[in-house]
Amino acid sequence: MDRRTILRLGAGTLAATTLSGCKTFDFLSNPDDPARGVLLSANRLTKAAQRLLQGRDALAPTYSEADIRQPMRPNGSTDPQAADYLTLKQGGFADYRLTLGGEVATPLKLSLADLKAMPQQSQITRHDCVEGWSCIAKWQGVRLSHLLDRAGAAASARYVVLRCFDALSTGLDGPQFYYESIDLRSARHPQTLLALAMNDAPLPVANGAPLRLRVERQLGYKMAKYVKSISLVSTLSDIRGGKGGYWEDRGYEWYAGV
Amino acid sequence: MRNRVDGPTPKVIRRHGPWTRITHWMWAVCVFFLLLSGLQIFNAHPVLYIGQQSGMTQGFDNAVLRIGAEGGQGAGPAKGVTQILGHRFDTTGFLGLSGPADARQPRAFPAWATIPSSQDLATGRVVHIFFAWVLVGTLAVWAVASLVNGHLRRDILPGRRDLRGLGRDIIAHLRGPLRHGRRYSPLQKLTYFAVFFALFPLMILTGLTMSPGMDAAWPLLLDLFGGRQTARSLHFLGMVLIVAFFVVHIAMVLVAGPLNELRSIVTGRYRITGNGQATEEH
Repeated sequence: MDRRTILRLGAGTLAATTLSGCKTFDFLSNPDDPARGVLLSANRLTKAAQRLLQGRDALAPTYSEADIRQPMRPNGSTDPQAADYLTLKQGGFADYRLTLGGEVATPLKLSLADLKAMPQQSQITRHDCVEGWSCIAKWQGVRLSHLLDRAGAAASARYVVLRCFDALSTGLDGPQFYYESIDLRSARHPQTLLALAMNDAPLPVANGAPLRLRVERQLGYKMAKYVKSISLVSTLSDIRGGKGGYWEDRGYEWYAGV
Repeated sequence: MRNRVDGPTPKVIRRHGPWTRITHWMWAVCVFFLLLSGLQIFNAHPVLYIGQQSGMTQGFDNAVLRIGAEGGQGAGPAKGVTQILGHRFDTTGFLGLSGPADARQPRAFPAWATIPSSQDLATGRVVHIFFAWVLVGTLAVWAVASLVNGHLRRDILPGRRDLRGLGRDIIAHLRGPLRHGRRYSPLQKLTYFAVFFALFPLMILTGLTMSPGMDAAWPLLLDLFGGRQTARSLHFLGMVLIVAFFVVHIAMVLVAGPLNELRSIVTGRYRITGNGQATEEH
């Protein structure tokens, strides 16, 4: 921490405690503020510490059928309006094709039937939203590592980027489509799934039909819904805002293990 | 050393070591930022539950605390409502609905109590996690320093004599004004002991339990607290206890002589009189 940051935080604390002061620290919301940059450095520490403690394959806790006590709470987009999505939805997603490309040996193009014919895995896990709530549900689908093995990830590939059909907002250049990214370590975790079904029924539209990601050791916003395509990349910096995800480009932390 | 009897001559002693003073102010800063950013984070979903998950449907309600706004737009004037274990309280102006009377905002904790002042969960989390690390680092430094310089054994760990003297100390605190000597009184020891060995560990561990990454690393956390949502509620309760500690702490400083107390935690030097509580040991 440099001296200016310390002085600023110190002076701010003093002002805030004496004036009970509300707006004193609003500068921290500014993504370009150097003090925010200092605070952000703790996120790297968090990720390193968690990775050290949990090891590669430590499993997220799983629950019993009796713990499924309510429908999965839909959050974020619940009804995408993109024309291509609406067409696919109308056809019961029969024409849906998941493409997996980028830095791979063999790009894949898979229908839902193709995905259903692959080895399936199901798990009852707890979904933790960044807002603070949790919800337990059963997820069934194909392990992402299975697809990565089929496609053959190149040695240069470091991240898996998921692009989605849903847009949570509209910018000057049109709808801002959801996207997310995880590193290969998360992607190859034994519980990381491309889920086709939820609570023993096909994935509902509100929860991401026809395909969504499950990364059980991370927060809800990592688990992209309405997955359109997957690509393996070596860097995130040239994609959209460069921070690796829709919410990450809006100030949320990329790793999202806390 | 010669006994001082009834002499009004004040004597300046060295009350707080440098590590005690440095870590004290580190905590002051940490607790300030953790509290206000924590309230910001809470505002993103101002409901607390008991168990693994959040009951959010009609047939499944495990909420124990809920802060929200009701009414408005033709349904009568809007008001802030806080519900605790089924009891409802109108908290308009502070909780649930706050801000200037002509521009009320529906938000759990008011703008003056959160960092940043407006709704900004992402920034609240950045601030909270940074200062959580600083707090843990400070605790580690304090633990080592206090072991080495004897602060822990002398001032924090309550001994048999402290427990015996507790009754008398409570009465002395109720009577006021307080006279502090070189030693911490039994109540002080017990309070700091509880903060360092119960409250801070509770906050750190319940904080970790809310992390899906940590739940995979240390599944025991969930068993310890009875689920992620219970841990979140306990984290909130711990926050209330820390605020209560802060209020009492400041009140005691005021009662015991604010300038002298403040000087001792800044410079380490503390003025005592020869009589009264000057239970010096040499």
